[in-house]
Amino acid sequence: MGKYIVRRLLQMIPVVLGATFIIFAMVFALPGDPTAGKCGERPCSPEYVAKFREEHNLNDPLPVQYGKYLGKFVQGDLGTNYYGIPVKEDLAKRYTITGRLALMAIAFEAVIGILAGVLAGVRKGRFIDNLVTVSTLFVISIPVFVIGVFMQYLFGIKWGIFPATVPSLEASTYSLILPAFVLGSLSIAYVARLTRTNLVENLRADYVRTAVAKGLTKKRAVGVHTLRNSLIPVVTFIGADFGGLLGGAIVTERIFNIQGVGGYIWKGINSRDGVAVVSTVTVLVIVYLLVNLLVDLLYGVLDPRISHD
Amino acid sequence: MTTTTKSAAPASSYKPDADGRLLEVDDLHVEFHTPDGIARAINGVSFDLHEGETLAILGESGSGKSVTAQAIMGILDMPPAVIPSGSIRYCGQDLLTMPEEQRRKVRGPEISMIFQDALSSLNPTFPVGWQIGEMFRQHRGMNKSDAYAQAVRLMERVAIPAAKERVKSYPHQFSGGMRQRIMIAMAIALDPAVLIADEPTTALDVTVQAQIMALLAELQEERKMGLILITHDLGVVADVADRAAVMYAGRIVARAGIEDLYAQPAHPYTRGLLESIPRLDQKGQTLAAIGGLPPNLTRIPQGCAFNPRCRMAQDICRTELPALRQVGQQQSACHFAEEVLNG
Amino acid sequence: MTETIAATVQPGASDDVGEARSLTQDAWRSLRKNKIFWFSVLLIGLFVLMAIWPSLFTNKDPGFGDISNVRERPSSAHWFGTDTQGYDIYARTIYGARASIIVGIMASLTTLLLGGLIGVLSGFYGGWFDALLSRVTDIFYAIPLLLGGILFMASFPNGPNSSYFLVVAKVVLVLSIFGWPTIARLMRSSVLQVKPNEYVLAARALGASPWRIIRSHILPNALAPAIVVATINLGVFIVAEATLSFLGIGLTPPAISWGVAISDALSAIRTYPHVLFFPSLFLSLAVLAFILLGDAVRDAFDPKSR
Repeated sequence: MGKYIVRRLLQMIPVVLGATFIIFAMVFALPGDPTAGKCGERPCSPEYVAKFREEHNLNDPLPVQYGKYLGKFVQGDLGTNYYGIPVKEDLAKRYTITGRLALMAIAFEAVIGILAGVLAGVRKGRFIDNLVTVSTLFVISIPVFVIGVFMQYLFGIKWGIFPATVPSLEASTYSLILPAFVLGSLSIAYVARLTRTNLVENLRADYVRTAVAKGLTKKRAVGVHTLRNSLIPVVTFIGADFGGLLGGAIVTERIFNIQGVGGYIWKGINSRDGVAVVSTVTVLVIVYLLVNLLVDLLYGVLDPRISHD
Repeated sequence: MTTTTKSAAPASSYKPDADGRLLEVDDLHVEFHTPDGIARAINGVSFDLHEGETLAILGESGSGKSVTAQAIMGILDMPPAVIPSGSIRYCGQDLLTMPEEQRRKVRGPEISMIFQDALSSLNPTFPVGWQIGEMFRQHRGMNKSDAYAQAVRLMERVAIPAAKERVKSYPHQFSGGMRQRIMIAMAIALDPAVLIADEPTTALDVTVQAQIMALLAELQEERKMGLILITHDLGVVADVADRAAVMYAGRIVARAGIEDLYAQPAHPYTRGLLESIPRLDQKGQTLAAIGGLPPNLTRIPQGCAFNPRCRMAQDICRTELPALRQVGQQQSACHFAEEVLNG
Repeated sequence: MTETIAATVQPGASDDVGEARSLTQDAWRSLRKNKIFWFSVLLIGLFVLMAIWPSLFTNKDPGFGDISNVRERPSSAHWFGTDTQGYDIYARTIYGARASIIVGIMASLTTLLLGGLIGVLSGFYGGWFDALLSRVTDIFYAIPLLLGGILFMASFPNGPNSSYFLVVAKVVLVLSIFGWPTIARLMRSSVLQVKPNEYVLAARALGASPWRIIRSHILPNALAPAIVVATINLGVFIVAEATLSFLGIGLTPPAISWGVAISDALSAIRTYPHVLFFPSLFLSLAVLAFILLGDAVRDAFDPKSR
């Protein structure tokens, strides 16, 4: 197990390097003069521009810039944004709210998605199954931002059940319910469908027949013997889907005006703040890869046939 | 050998009748309602089973032998399966009309079953000891550690080496033969009166087959169980079974003591099955297999269902369904049973 | 998003070529009887026709805005009403199909070709070549589709004079760049499942060229699951295009697309919901059609579901 983790972490190094280089190259191709607007109404003095370009290694060729950037990154220096504030400080302020949002979205996926999938799978072909099948298709085919704006309008503005925007960094869990649900909505639908498919397939498995032949109650044959096997792929899905959540967070945070990591990236892109964007996205990619490793380890725990030796 | 200490086993409320009869299947019918039509899997099957007796049910796949077993266990998926008529009495009580909760308590403690493919029949995500112990926890209310102790005892009984160390291993960590032993340990855990073994050795190597059959015979002897042995392989049951019933297209077409059946089959189908066993003393001769395929159960042929494949078929076989009748020491459902018997 | 769908599809269902051929016939036979399959084919046909030949459906000019008639409710003159600029929503919805359909089909084809090629090569040749290609796949897989799309489109923004097809091509490019790893992983595992089969070994032993083995033995067996995922991803790509437009970095006015129309309408959701409704409906129907088609084909190829 320990060996496996070390090997996976080592394999992650080239992946992180490659992914960050792509991100770096893309973002530093951001057009426009990064010093524009730094000096009030007037154009900046040539001395200031020269100093700025020197500080940010903007005169080096791209690979050198990347190398210098990486050297600092490894030492935990995520650089400073164009306002001179360390990106690390910005992220430290903002990651909690995005983290809470993502965790709540995953909780919705796990609870609502699995519950709906199990209900549909156990009552295959009945009303509840058709309801789940149709409503998940509905959710999957409507873009998340439409769902988001629509729910914001209904629940936030028209009925006023939830706050329509959540600008505070210390927002209550209650006020995050709506954004988290929107962020997770697509995945809730996928989880429900995946759970149903696996459950239906596993209910036909020989070992479930054995469980019934052992005189176990129907509840136990389904709840203990079938569910565990059916949920293994669902766990993998939720892990892989974490990347989708990170992208979706940009959209969701924009709709609900949340000042989290997603909102930070969006702001960085719009203000051509390359360091802020690259550092933040790199951190996200690393988090995503670690989550995937965690899911693979969990997979080994859930399914004894997988060995991580 | 440790004789079973009947641990925590409450006295069963089911008692066989004066003749020691445990199970009585009477005119059982099972249909499967499929999109392609109604498949008549079982068409009036009757037999009984006594204490300490081994009944072999023989036939090709699709003959209805496994469906019969699953109907007795009550593990058919209904729907698509429907049981339009017939009864299955266990110690005098009809299992088919019994409330489900009562019937559930028959499965396992009274009648239990082992399946062909032990790897897929055991849950891959739980330790084998956990799965055996589940019988004690669920039916006897035993706690976890006692249940594990019982699992070790049973694994030792079915001769799994180093049972204590392996009780927490998973099914995929055992060999095929060992897995089937684990299935057997689980099936006999609560001392059932009836054990149904559905093709218990088909998936195994020949040498292991013999060991498993010997184990089953030994356990049956020791516990006076009624054993139903379902197989398509006549070679497997010869040494173990007392009686045999041969099934074809959902009916019993022949019934005999095991020696009579082998020595002098009274049905052309039985004879065909026997001739298709390879024999050492007839090396070099062509193997006589039965030509053709078993019938499609949605369109069972008129008259005797076997007639399209039967070398002896006459006009009467195509129109009139032969009844199961006494022929000498045996029963046969063939219009020409006497000729078969004497030929 | 795209990477999520692979988990629901089992690669490599069949064992040998003969079986694969009968499997295809079998699949076609069960597809023919499937009403959902025909429903989705019909819808897709309609949308493709709309994309190629919009004037077949409407004779109105989608670029004509009547300022005196803004945000009108549906009427006989304007079937779907008019939007905030006084454009006829019906005409714009018909003309808007083109962007979504081009993006969806082109991105799916590119990911299928690119991912398929890389997956087949790395699965077939194995060794260090596989290790290298797999790491490259991992690198692109590590950047979530939407995140990559946002970064790319923001870094190479559309100028005020960017042509319609240039912007569409950029969206196709970025979705392909970050979308192919799903197909590559799926294809690789399919190939690894097919490769050890005896008929492949036999073909190798008989000296068949690698290309011939791939074409006649590996592809017929490994392609079906990849095509299914590519079909379902088509819907994902259409949604991604709309999302980029919503964020203002995909297609932008004056280009006509469902995504642009939806993001325009979102600001007026309170008062004029019909402006939002029609483009959303068409976009969702298009996505739905491709998902249903993918599902139907997968069910037909997967004997377990029958």
